[in-house]
Amino acid sequence: MSETVKQHAFQAINSALHQAMADDPKVLVFGEDIADREGGGVTGATIGLSTKFGDQRVKSTPISEQAIIGAAIGAALAGYKPVAEIMLMNFTTVCMDMIFNHAAKLRFMSGGQSTVPITIRTLTGAGWQTAGQHADHLEGWFAHAAGIKVVAPSNPADYGGLLLSCIQDPDPCIIIESAGTLFIPGDVDTVQTPIPLGVANVVQEGTDVTIVSWSSMVVRSQMAVAALAEKGISAELVDLRTVSPWDREAVLASVAKTGRCAVVHEALRSFGPGAEIAATISEELFGKLKAPVRRLGAPECPVPFAKVLEDAFLVSVDQIVAAVEDVAAQG
Amino acid sequence: MADHSNAPAPSTETLVDIYRRMIRIERNDDTIRTAIRRGKLVMPYYSARGQEVIPSAISTLLTDDDTICTIYRGIHDMVAKGMPLRPLWAEIAGRVDGTCKGKGGPMHLTHPETGVMVTTGIVGSSMPIANGLAWAAQLDGSKRVSIAYFGDGASNIGAFHESLNLASLWKLPVVFVCQNNGFAEHTRYENGTSVDFIAKRAAGYGMPGYTVDGNDPWAMYAAAHEAITRAREGAGPTLLECKTFRFLGHVLGDDDKYMTKEEKDAAVAVDPLPRFRARLIADGHATEDQLTAMQAKIQAEVDDAMAFGLASEFPSVEELRRDVFEQEIAA
Ligand SMILES: Cc1ncc(C[n+]2csc(CCOP(=O)(O)OP(=O)(O)O)c2C)c(N)n1
Repeated sequence: MSETVKQHAFQAINSALHQAMADDPKVLVFGEDIADREGGGVTGATIGLSTKFGDQRVKSTPISEQAIIGAAIGAALAGYKPVAEIMLMNFTTVCMDMIFNHAAKLRFMSGGQSTVPITIRTLTGAGWQTAGQHADHLEGWFAHAAGIKVVAPSNPADYGGLLLSCIQDPDPCIIIESAGTLFIPGDVDTVQTPIPLGVANVVQEGTDVTIVSWSSMVVRSQMAVAALAEKGISAELVDLRTVSPWDREAVLASVAKTGRCAVVHEALRSFGPGAEIAATISEELFGKLKAPVRRLGAPECPVPFAKVLEDAFLVSVDQIVAAVEDVAAQG
Repeated sequence: MADHSNAPAPSTETLVDIYRRMIRIERNDDTIRTAIRRGKLVMPYYSARGQEVIPSAISTLLTDDDTICTIYRGIHDMVAKGMPLRPLWAEIAGRVDGTCKGKGGPMHLTHPETGVMVTTGIVGSSMPIANGLAWAAQLDGSKRVSIAYFGDGASNIGAFHESLNLASLWKLPVVFVCQNNGFAEHTRYENGTSVDFIAKRAAGYGMPGYTVDGNDPWAMYAAAHEAITRAREGAGPTLLECKTFRFLGHVLGDDDKYMTKEEKDAAVAVDPLPRFRARLIADGHATEDQLTAMQAKIQAEVDDAMAFGLASEFPSVEELRRDVFEQEIAA
C-alpha cells in the first residue's frame, strides 16, 4: 500500500533507487563516494544502498569519470542497467567522450544491435557561490547529441518518477539535479510510479501567455505566475521535465491557446534549449502568434563567484514577471 | 621514504623561511575559518591545515618566475609561493580588489606576478596545464620550473597518466607534487588507488618518483631540491608523492565521519607546525621570542588583509560582460 509522504528531492531519489534495485537485480549503482562506507554520497542520495544490496551492485569508485561512464556502458552492453553518478555536471566534461561518442551513438552505429541503457545522475546549479567550474547547466550540450535523453525535474515526485523511467529506458539518459529545486519538500508516494519521459506537465493553467520552463526555473516561474496573477495576467506554466526529447505537442497546444510564449531556463540564453523551442513555435504557429517568443536564460559568461554577480547571473523572478508582462501586452 | 642525501642541507635562513611560510599559511587558514564561522565570508572552503610543509619547503627553492598550478585546496600553495594577502582576501570575499575581481573566488585564484597561474576545481586538471607552462619555459630557453600540485585522488584520473607520459617524453621542466593526505573526499586512499605508493606510478612513465614525508621540512626540502634542480638542468620531470594529512575534513563543515578518531588524533599529535617550531628552537636556528614576534607580525598582516578584503567594493554587475573575451560583448 502506497502512502504519500513529504520528502525533498534527494529523499525521493534515494527511495526511487531503493525501489529500482529491489525491483530489478540488473540495476547497478556506482560513483564517487556513493557507498555507505563513504557516507552514502555527498548529498545522501545513495544512503543505505550498499548496505542493503551489497558491494557488488553498489560501488564507490575512484575519481575517474571516464572509467565510470565507460564501465557503465560496458555493463549495459552486457545486459545490466547501471545508474552512474557524476558528482557535478561540470565533471561530465571529463567523460564527454564516453557519453557523447559512445553511449549516445552505439545503438545507431551498430545498426541497432547494441543498446546502452545507462542512467547518469548529476548535480548542478548556481546559487552556492561555487563559481565557474561547479554550477553550469549543460543540458543544451547533451540535448544537442542525438541518442541521449536529457531529463531535468523540478519537484521531488518528478525526481523519483522520472529517475525510475530513466533506469527502465532502453537508451542512455542523463538526469540533472539542480540546486534551485533540491530542498523544497513535496508530496511523494512511498511506492513511486515511473513518470513517462518526454511528457510535459502543465503546472498551472492560464490563458494569456505560456511560460515553458524546467528544473530550477520552474520554481522561479511559479513565483512569477503568482505575481502575474496579481497584475491580472493569466500565465500558463508548462514544466517540460524532459528537455530532450521535449514535449512539442504540449507546448504547441498551450501556445496555440495563449498565442504568446516565454521560455525560461537556467542555462545560458545564447544557443540554449530555449532557442530550439522558440524556433519550433515560430515554425509551427507563425500565423497564430501574437508576439515573438521570448527567451530568458543566463548571460553569456561563466558562472561568477561574487554573490552580487551570481544573483545577477541567474534569471530572477522579477525578470520573468517583466518579460511576461511585456509579451502579454503585445498583440 | 627516499634518500636525497645529495641535496644540500637547508641553511638556518632557509629553515626559518620555511617556517615563516608555514605560519603565514596557518594564520590565513585559521583566520579564514573564523571569518566564515562569523558570517563575514561566504564560500566553500577546503582547508589545507596540516599540509603546510609541502609548498613551504618547495617555495623556498622557487622564484616569482617559476610557476605553479594548484587546486581548490591550494591556499597553502599560493601563500607559500608569495601571493600577496590583500588581493587574496579580497578575492575570497568576492570583491573588486581581488586577484580576479571577485569573479573566480576561492577555487579559482590566479596571480601571474607571483607565478600562481591556475587554480582549478576540476580534479587532475592542474597537471596538463603545468606541462604547457613547462614547455613554454623550455621553448623560451629559460630555467623556469613548473610545479603541478594535486591530491592523491587526482592520480586516478586520466589527466594524471597522460600528463606524466607527455612530460617524460618531452623532458619537461615540471615537478608533479602529489599531496597525499590519505583521502579523496570521503574515500580512503586504499579504496580508490590501486598501488600502495603513488610514487611507484612514475616508473610506468620513465621518470623518477619518490615518496617523501611531506610533514618533515628537511625531507621535503631535500626531495624538492633534487626534483627542481633536475627540472632546471633540463633533465626532465619528477613525481613527488608527499605524505601528509588534512586535519579538517574535505570541505569546511564536513563531519569527518569517514576518518577514525584515532587516526585524526594521531595526526594532530604530530602536527608539523609546533613540531618544527620546537626543533628550530632546540637546534638553535631561532629563539622562542623571535618566532613569537614573527607570528605576531604575520597575524597583523593577515588582519590587515582581511580588513582590506572586506572593505573592498563588490564588483558591479557590468562585470558579467567583461573578461569573457578581450572585447566586451553585448548583453
Ligand atoms: C573531475 C572531478 N571529479 C570530481 C570532483 C569532486 N571532488 C572535488 S575534490 C575531490 C577529492 C579529491 O581528492 P584528492 O585528489 O586526494 O585531493 P584532496 O582534496 O585530498 O586535496 C573530488 C572527488 C572534481 N572536483 N573534479
